[in-house]
Amino acid sequence: MTAQDSCQPSSGTPCPSSESGGRREFLGAAVAAVATALTGCGKLSKEEFLQHNFRELSKEEVLSVIDRLEKEYKEKFGKDVKVANTPAMPGVMFGYALDLSRCIGCRRCVHACVTENNQSRDPEIQWIRVMEMEKEEGVNLQHAEHYYDPAEVPREGHFYMPVQCQQCKKPPCVKVCPVGATWREKDGIVVVDYNWCIGCRYCMAACPYGARHFNWGDPKLASKDVNPDTHYLGNRPRAKGVVEKCTFCIQRTRKGLYTACVEICPTGSRKFGNLLDKESEIRQVLETKRVFKFKEELNTQPNFFYFYGV
Amino acid sequence: MTTLRNFSRFITDTLRMITTGGPVYYTWVALLLLLIAFGANAYIGQVQNGLIVTNMRDQVSWGFYIGNFTFLVGVAAAAIMLVIPAYIYDWEPIKEITILGEMLAISALVMCLGFVMVDIGRPDRFWHIMPLVGRLNWPQSMLAWDVLVLNAYLVLNYFVVTYLLYCAYTERHYVKKLVTPLVLLSIPMAVSIHTCTAYLYNGLASRPFWNSAILAPRFLASAFCSGPAILLILLQILRKTTKLSIKDEAIFKIAELMAYTMGFNLFLTAAETFKEFYSGTEHVVYSQYLLFGLKGHNTLVPYAWASIICGAVAFILFLVPKTRTNWVTLNIGCVLIYASVYIEKGMGLIIPGLTPDALGEIFVYRPSITELSVAAGIFALGFLVFTLMLKAAVPMMLGEFTISRGRKGAQPVKTEGHA
Repeated sequence: MTAQDSCQPSSGTPCPSSESGGRREFLGAAVAAVATALTGCGKLSKEEFLQHNFRELSKEEVLSVIDRLEKEYKEKFGKDVKVANTPAMPGVMFGYALDLSRCIGCRRCVHACVTENNQSRDPEIQWIRVMEMEKEEGVNLQHAEHYYDPAEVPREGHFYMPVQCQQCKKPPCVKVCPVGATWREKDGIVVVDYNWCIGCRYCMAACPYGARHFNWGDPKLASKDVNPDTHYLGNRPRAKGVVEKCTFCIQRTRKGLYTACVEICPTGSRKFGNLLDKESEIRQVLETKRVFKFKEELNTQPNFFYFYGV
Repeated sequence: MTTLRNFSRFITDTLRMITTGGPVYYTWVALLLLLIAFGANAYIGQVQNGLIVTNMRDQVSWGFYIGNFTFLVGVAAAAIMLVIPAYIYDWEPIKEITILGEMLAISALVMCLGFVMVDIGRPDRFWHIMPLVGRLNWPQSMLAWDVLVLNAYLVLNYFVVTYLLYCAYTERHYVKKLVTPLVLLSIPMAVSIHTCTAYLYNGLASRPFWNSAILAPRFLASAFCSGPAILLILLQILRKTTKLSIKDEAIFKIAELMAYTMGFNLFLTAAETFKEFYSGTEHVVYSQYLLFGLKGHNTLVPYAWASIICGAVAFILFLVPKTRTNWVTLNIGCVLIYASVYIEKGMGLIIPGLTPDALGEIFVYRPSITELSVAAGIFALGFLVFTLMLKAAVPMMLGEFTISRGRKGAQPVKTEGHA
């Protein structure tokens, strides 16, 4: 890969410093120019460089950030990309349950997730990892096959365990982040501010589930592959050098839709819903099935449960 | 006003001092500058293309950079190996060389910060981690703690070194009431930088190899033999090339202390290894990967054993008074200790911590050419900082270069050192 082909302009907004003038403006622009030279990629606008942590932005600032991002995406992908800022619904705590006895390891969820969430296609970032386990061994990571590729699944004597972000109540990744670029929302979703992350990857070392992924290179996402229905804290296109992860399809679930992985699953292994709603399917699973949490001994307290439905 | 004038003369004289020298000095500095340019060039490529030019990936998300960072924090902390005997036991022969330890600490910290800087994916957002300006997640994140203590330790050492040299330059005795408390403060500070760095790994329950209560003690024990190993060789070079008089007994005393810390380090390593293999839980896989290889992957095995053997041999060389006071065996011991700890606290700590990864996958990591080149540049930068400081400091410590003497090539007059 050369610098040229990996380097695309990430920002199309013209620098307004020339119009507004003023020393502070000039300094900001100068610093941004140096930063652009440093990052060497595309144009880093002053606004982008000086943007503060998402949780500290006022309503107006959030709107102007979203406006800027939408313009950038329009310029980059040549189509309208909507960046939503839908907040958590009151009285909602999302929970997820996965039926290990039904999952056949077809990996449709893996690919539906990539299509929905605008991950880089080359190298492809996948938020769901499906492991092929030996029935004799049970859930034993030392006997897990990550790159199984038989002609047909499921294979005799094996079962399949998909792992994605477990949306922990006590997320170690949030605790370790040195800049507070990742946090747990009121509905239990752990999110990342891609514009605040410094890319130190401490969260990746802290996550016991391998759920966090890094944009090692410039994410490659073709215009035709862009899902234009995005959320600031979710599937909006990312830049290189930042960490990303499953957000329970925050752009969908906060509108009352299922996640992409739940919708695509051909065996109905994936259950999703509001833990605070007694009538929800997820509550039915928790009340009627034997569930377990992955790596329970670490006390991360996931809102993601595994169970044997059959 | 005179202080201000003297200080500005101190600065300009120091600048002149470090920009003039003999052919050997110029060649050495030029070589370092060349290496820095080489590293900078590799780093520009990394910035343009992203960290994809390294061999780190999601499975092994930290590698050579963070390994070097960890090792160098130990070197920086080791300055107190000289401070403790000098100031607590008031042991004169070491006192005059503590300033060298402090300068070594400054150089090591410069390299530490360099390695952190090149490891982050968004260097343009560096300001996010600065207190007040950005949003430092303190006291939750151990990395936030580490940023604070490393910078505080850097400032402290920088101040003490500058102050001592300024006093020597202006031919005054330093104010003991100011220096002694600061030097004493540097002892817990040195312990804290290495403890914080150890806690950074130690606190991660997701990585059983690091999640061990004796990680911080192991860090300190290994640092207190590797840092002085560099110093011992350096002191011998300085004795030969400058008029700096460093007594044999000072060197032998440091070597003796190193024997104890190396012995303790080996003991702690043995304690950890025993616990892992005797209990034999699923957590043993990381130590297995390091020491014996796992599922046919043996990349780290030769390094791991080289580290243990080097450490053990050096321990014996430094423990036996006869080999400790023999220059040949002493220097062999220093090199062995350096090699042993460099492997142990660098790749030998980071890689098995992340291999197998959180889901049991084995991803074999080896640093890429870019990583090696950038690292070479950072080491050269550290050496350059140290060289420039030494160039100005040694004549000042000797009293050859003061406000009234030794300017513009005047004959150096030998006096008793001030620092």
